[in-house]
Parts: sequence; C-alpha cells; structure tokens
Amino acid sequence: MWTTGDALFDLRGTLRDPYAWSLIPRRPCGVTTGVVQVTTFVDVTVIATESLSKRFPRVTALDRLSVDVGPGVTGLVGANGAGKSTLIKILLGLSPATEGRAEVLGLDVATKGAAIRERVGYMPEHDCLPPDVSATEFVVHMARMSGLPPTAARERTADTLRHVGLYEERYRPIGGYSTGMKQRVKLAQALVHDPQLVLLDEPTNGLDPVGRDEMLGLIRRIYTDFGISVLVTSHLLGELERTCDHVVVVDGGKLLRSSSTTDFTQITTTLAIEVTDTDAHPDGTRAVRDALHARGMDILDSGAGLPGAGHVLLLTAQGEETYDLVRDVVADLGLGLVRMEQRRHHISEVFTNEDEQRKEAVGHGG
Amino acid sequence: MAVEQPMRTPAAPSGDQTRIHNIGYRSYDGPRLGRSYATRSLYSQSLRGSYGLGRSVKSKVLPMLLFVVMCVPAAIMVAVAVATKAKDLPVDYTRYAIVMQAVISLYVASQAPQSVSRDLRFKTVPLYFSRPIETADYVRAKFAALASALFILTAAPLLVLYVGALLAKLDFTDQTKGFAQGLVSVALLSLLFAGLGLVIASVTPRRGFGIAAVIAVLTISYGAVSTLQAIADAQTSTGSIAWIGLFSPITLIDGVQSAFLGASSAFPGGVGPTNGEGVVYVLVTLGLIAACYGLMMRRYRKVGL
Repeated sequence: MWTTGDALFDLRGTLRDPYAWSLIPRRPCGVTTGVVQVTTFVDVTVIATESLSKRFPRVTALDRLSVDVGPGVTGLVGANGAGKSTLIKILLGLSPATEGRAEVLGLDVATKGAAIRERVGYMPEHDCLPPDVSATEFVVHMARMSGLPPTAARERTADTLRHVGLYEERYRPIGGYSTGMKQRVKLAQALVHDPQLVLLDEPTNGLDPVGRDEMLGLIRRIYTDFGISVLVTSHLLGELERTCDHVVVVDGGKLLRSSSTTDFTQITTTLAIEVTDTDAHPDGTRAVRDALHARGMDILDSGAGLPGAGHVLLLTAQGEETYDLVRDVVADLGLGLVRMEQRRHHISEVFTNEDEQRKEAVGHGG
Repeated sequence: MAVEQPMRTPAAPSGDQTRIHNIGYRSYDGPRLGRSYATRSLYSQSLRGSYGLGRSVKSKVLPMLLFVVMCVPAAIMVAVAVATKAKDLPVDYTRYAIVMQAVISLYVASQAPQSVSRDLRFKTVPLYFSRPIETADYVRAKFAALASALFILTAAPLLVLYVGALLAKLDFTDQTKGFAQGLVSVALLSLLFAGLGLVIASVTPRRGFGIAAVIAVLTISYGAVSTLQAIADAQTSTGSIAWIGLFSPITLIDGVQSAFLGASSAFPGGVGPTNGEGVVYVLVTLGLIAACYGLMMRRYRKVGL
C-alpha cells in the first residue's frame, strides 16, 4: 500500500482535491513489518525545506535551513532557542517564512496549511490539557476538530488511547493524572486522526528515566507498528540516538548536521573511564592513558572542565573490542576500574571532533 | 520458584493459536470532513459547555440555575394571567429581558470566561490551531456558541409567556407580533452581550478576573448611565436622556427596541429615543458587535502556537 503512496506522490502536482489523499488507503490494515515500509518508501521526502529563513525584528530564528527528511523517525536536536519550535510552526503552516520554501508531505506550507494540518499530528511541548474533562472526552473532541465524524472519533479515540497505554484511567478527569499519563494523552490527541506524520515537541520533557524509556519506545512504535513518520525534537542527543533513524541538528537557526543515526553513533560513542591509583602506579589515569596509547588507541581528552576531570579518560569506542582492550589494559596494570560508561552527549560535544571553525561560529550552542 | 515460572510459559501458547492478543494498529480510511465540520463541532461543544453539558456536575449547577431563575417569573406571570383571566400579560415581551438583566449579566459573566479563558489558561488553543481550523473559525464558533446560549436563556421565558398567552386565549395577532418583536430584541441582546463578554474574557486566562471584569463592565456602565439619566430627568433636560443611554449595553438594547420594536422605554419618564436617535442606537449596537468580533480576531492572531 506504500506503493500507492508513492504513485500519489508522483501525481501530487495534478491532484486537485485535497481529500483524495484520505480516501485512498495508505497502509495495509493489520500487521506490517517495518522493513517493507522502509525499502519501498525510501526515496520519498516527508519534509523538505529549501533555504528556509525566519527573521523576527531582533532575532534570526531560522537561517537558510535546507533539509530533507524521509519517512521514519527523525530527531531534531538543538538547544533551547535553536529554532526547533519556529520550524514546527512553519511546517504546520501557522507562521509564514521570511524567505525560502518548505513542503510537508508534498504540500507547500505557504498555500496548503489547512490540508497539511489535516494529515499531520502535533504534540506541543507545554501542558495543553484541561484538567476537568476525561481523556476520552478530550481526545474525542480533538478527533472531531480534525474532521473525523462522531462515530469514527469515538472508535479511534478508544483505539489510540489503548495504543499509548491508557486503559481504565481514561474515564477519569485529566487533572488527576501523572506527568507520564498526561504525556500519553498529548500523544494520543496527535495520533487520533491517523496522520501521516506527527511532530512531537520534546515529548520526554519532565519524565523520569523509566517514563522516558517508555515514551521513546512508544515513539519508535509509531513508525514501526503504525506506519506514521515522526519528527521528534529534543535537546538531548543521547536519547534520540536510540530512537531515531535519522538525526538533524540545528543551532542558532542553522543546520549543523543531518545524517542517519548509524553515522552518528560511529562517531559519537565515547567511553568514559575512571581507574584507581595503586602504589605501583601512583597516577593510574596516566598509566592507563599511556598503555592505551601504546596499543594504538586515541585518547580524546581528559574531559577538561568536567567535575573530577583529571581522573576521567574519554576515548572513542570502535566496537566491542575497545571494551575488551580497556578491560585487559586495566587488569594488566593491576588497577581497579571505577567506571566505564558510554557518555551521554550534549549536542555541543557532537562537534568536538568536527571542524573547529564551525563550532566557534555557533559558540553559544550547548 | 520465581525463576521457574517464566520457563514454563513458552510451552503454553503453542496450543491456542486462535486467541487474538492484540488486534494491532488500524489505520483510518474513512472521510475527513474538514474545516467547516470542525468549526461546527467546536460550536456545538462550546454551546453544550455553556450549560455545563459534557462537563462536571459542578459546572452544570450555575447555568442551569440561572436558566430556571429566568423562566420561573414568566411561568408565574402566565399562571396569574390564566387564573385571573387578564386581558393582557403583566409584562411586555420586549420588557422581560430588561427586567431580568441582572440574571443575564450573571450568566454572561460566568459562561464567557468558561468558554475562552479555559482554553487560554490550559493552553489548549495551540491544539486547535494545529488542526484545519483557522483563527476566524475559532472566533466565530465561540462567538456563535455564546450568543446561541444567551438566546436560549432569553428566548425560553418569552416562549413560556407566548404559550401561556395563547392558553389564556389572549389576542393571537397581538401576542404573535409582541413575541416576534421580543425575539428580535433578545437576539440583538444575545449578540451584543456575547461579544462584550468574550472580548473581556479573552484578555485574561484567569477565570476569576474574567468573571469580575464582565460583571463590572455590565453593572458599572448601567449604574452610571441610569444615574445620569435620573439626574437629567430631574433637571428636566429630557433631550439628553436618550443620548446618555448609548453608553451602556442594556440601555442600548432598550433604546433600539423602544424606537423600532414597539417597546415602551424603561428610561426615566418613559422617554425613549426618537426615530432619528433610534437609528444611531441601531448603528452603535451593530458597530459594537462588529468591534467585538474584530477585537477577538486581533486577540487570537497573537495567541497561535
């Protein structure tokens, strides 16, 4: 059925009726495998921007941003104020771009805003739920606001709330929900009209680690099980690495990088190592550094500026063998391994080994 | 023990293949009814909300109570008219809303913030605008919903009076004409009060402030205008009474209906505006309604995402 979608994409110039889309089934009902979708839909663009700029009187929120986003789960990473929310507003057709153009699902944001919003779901970053109605009532209302007839709205609401993991509690007023449950309701209202794309703005904000993992799992399923493409924003690269197929990094309204997650992890898997000192090696850290260097490992730096920096070694993991090597080296020296962990990256770290000039240019990112 | 439990389970499912555990995600291929349907849905949701329907029991109390308070005097008047075989109803159709203006003001003050301040306070507005509807659709739906709710509130007692009058076998043409004039008058009143209430309420996300501000605007303006009119009447400068009446919503409606809808004016000395002044009243009323709509549009253009 994805191939039908392909054909429609080719025809999109001649498709006059915006509702024609919704009449043609896009996905097979029931079980689909993620693999099939990826292979047949791979060269289609879900979001395309071309030197997109947005300038406010005092700030440039987006600066000649050109990016293509394909189907799948795409992460949009940037610090607060990097232009993520501005981009989402433009993509929903709610705010005109100062310059350049953007297309969502093949529709121009400047002229087809309403048609885009009919087939795109949006989950805002902030709280947006009235506390005195139940999740069911609220989501039904939102489904109708998306154009679903009353009966369909009820059915889809029940389905969607079940998929995001809300069961009996959905009949209770939202005011009594936990943050995790509220996030699920927010996600449900974005999915209830079965969009082709959802824009999720910081969906893991305010969640504890378990809730965060559940939410990330759910986001992954939105694409693999539901077949809906996802654009998810975050200021934490680490959590997006696990969830996304593709990551776009923006800073100061500029595109810093757009690549698939596998590229990213190869470059960015950094190990932090801390060892004890012994009598034989009064400076254990230095001993390990020298030993690893002798075996041909590159030590990035000692994490200057971080707390306890002098005792932490950062090195790039090339794969499983790196872990073995570190273990062996530490054991040979007779030192105690205090920790060996994968570093969670903050976006600024991604560019540590990228060209320095670019980093300088966006100095405030982080 | 706890370890053994999961080891036994893999054997079990092979037996019952027919059980459906999870029907999986179903996509939606049905119709999508678009912008005008969404606007209508918002209208009906807001209208129902104005009487607490689809909301908690607590929020039904006040609007329902006010509705009853509006209708009971009409029912009593009708009962008296039928029992005493009166020649006419004790109150004109056009006069009823003026007499009950406190109840109407209370209703606007409680329901206008309910309609718009909640969406602002809980930031639900961005969710609406991430859907096919536009700013204008939202404003129109909310405006129409509150005006309809007010019309129901003000027209229901007139209907009670009319039905009662027919039961009491009062003159049919007279009563129908009066009833029709009354309906036009309350329709105008509903639009004007809904507009004013919504504009005031949409400025603040705090419901309490909204309620207080609406009550203040409606009662202070009426208090000031009727005081000035009384003074003018005492100083026998009757010419200025009509002009003063332009400055409060309820006297505005009173002026319009005494000039064109055959109502007897509630102004001091019963001096209503002349036909020429009446035209000004109509223009000011319509202008105010249009201004309220324009202000709402301006307000919501900024709210966005």
